[in-house]
Amino acid sequence: MISGRTWAFGDNIDTDQIIPSQYLVLRSIDEMATHSLETQRKEFASQVRPGDVIVAKQNFGCGSSREQAPTVLRALGVGAIIATSFARIFFRNSINMGIPVIVLPQAGEINEGDQLDIDLASGTIENRTNGRRYSFAPLEGLPAEIMAAGGLIPYLKSIEASA
Amino acid sequence: MSGMTLTERIIARHSGRDAVRPDEIVTASVDLCMANDGTMRLNVDIFENKIGATRVFDPERIVLIMDHQVPADSPQTAEVHEISRRFAEKYGIRHFYESEGICHQVMIEKHVEPGMLVVGADSHTNSYGVVGSVSCGMGSTDISAVMALGKTWLRVPHSVRVELIGKLKPSVVTKDIILALIRQTTCSGLAYRAVEFTGPALADIPVPQRFTLCNMTTETGAKSSMIVPDDATYAYLRERRGVDITRDPLLVSDPDAVYEQTYTIDCSSLDPQVARPHSVDNVVPVGETAGVRIDQAFLGACTNARIEDLRQAADIIRGRKIASNVRFLVTPASRTVYLESMREGLIETFMSAGAIISHPGCSACWGACQGVLASGQTMISTGNRNFKGRAGSGESNIYLASPATVAASAVTGVITDPREFL
Repeated sequence: MISGRTWAFGDNIDTDQIIPSQYLVLRSIDEMATHSLETQRKEFASQVRPGDVIVAKQNFGCGSSREQAPTVLRALGVGAIIATSFARIFFRNSINMGIPVIVLPQAGEINEGDQLDIDLASGTIENRTNGRRYSFAPLEGLPAEIMAAGGLIPYLKSIEASA
Repeated sequence: MSGMTLTERIIARHSGRDAVRPDEIVTASVDLCMANDGTMRLNVDIFENKIGATRVFDPERIVLIMDHQVPADSPQTAEVHEISRRFAEKYGIRHFYESEGICHQVMIEKHVEPGMLVVGADSHTNSYGVVGSVSCGMGSTDISAVMALGKTWLRVPHSVRVELIGKLKPSVVTKDIILALIRQTTCSGLAYRAVEFTGPALADIPVPQRFTLCNMTTETGAKSSMIVPDDATYAYLRERRGVDITRDPLLVSDPDAVYEQTYTIDCSSLDPQVARPHSVDNVVPVGETAGVRIDQAFLGACTNARIEDLRQAADIIRGRKIASNVRFLVTPASRTVYLESMREGLIETFMSAGAIISHPGCSACWGACQGVLASGQTMISTGNRNFKGRAGSGESNIYLASPATVAASAVTGVITDPREFL
């Protein structure tokens, strides 16, 4: 179960917003993370708390293939990302990082600051602020196995170990 | 059973299947795996420290291209180049390029062949459909796993078709076609799709110009692009590489292949197009945004910095001066293009007009190297993205357009219809 308060964003939040290009040269993800989403919300990186949930509209994570985008969000403790839709590379990178990414057509109904309980296994979300409940399609097949292992690397190691 | 698109056929061949269908998940072997300095620090760390790999699957099939910050502009970026070179040496990777140009241009000039399946650590890797390959961008963990294993998982994409009919008007080019398409699809409308360009107009479009179409399918959310290889494709590859590539008659889309949707674009109806800040689908004909004052004009990026692009811009610049309020930055796509443009006198044309020429690389397109923008500044660029803050300050503006529109705007100092210079 993931429980956290939400940060709400709009459509087409691209990877240059999640981690601007000029900070990719910094040596550590933690340094990069201090600049995450600063062009959208100056206070995001300093005020986000572990377990907080990002809620966005269409095409979240569009733009570059930089894996630093989901990685800085993980470093900041983001518990899950819910969006109306995701850009494909970001979605794949997030699964590889073990970050829950949830496609929810009604994501736009969730407000900034709402408290959510998310159950990944059953595919349900409860908005504790207003009592609304949502269901979503859990991942299936190989992406689900990668997610269940905690990401692509643990998945590869588990395959290797069982071979 | 219906036939397959070329994209499906190539994925099937690489997954040991006779056929694949959209939405199936397959494990596919990879012909080429490309990475660049934008993410190599992360890539090496994952490969060695997280996966714990000790060898690459095939050193001949890995290509490392430095292009995002060339030459290095800080101790940190120099370190990334050093880490990349050491990685290449350690694992016997011969295809390491430190200053040959933009990764996608170098891949097309030297490595990719029709029918291949290619992955790369860059979102514009899907450009290689231009020579009939299936290619897509991935993040560093996926790429590191491919470097170790030589295979990856793919969900077979649904194909959509973009049929090009009619003849382009003077000063209208493929950049204008793809911007017009993105206006229709929006920047997420073709998410996860394989976009195949077809139609009679393609025959008149040279391969380097087709590149721009495939390159910017990324901006529709697409997974990959495709143009079925034709005589022009093989002639282009022979001219670039000096050797013939054996033609494979099976590299076609079947007549009964299934396309989820068909977009038809009448090229003869198009005017020059411009994408306005801060979204690539915010596209209008140039007339609707003419007169916007610019501080910088950029002719470069994997989208539009081939010799044909530089010629189109030079035709406008020749004998003129850049407006006094404008920095005009020209970055050829590769060393090969740079040399060709020198021999043709294009570099002299640009320099005499007041341009800054920089070494082939990503340059001002990605805002972390050269030609960055201050708060309040505006650039018109031949690149492929105009996200907020993409080229420097979060308070700057980027307009995207063709080489001719960028050149015309550089001369006048405001966004200008290139047909005023015909």
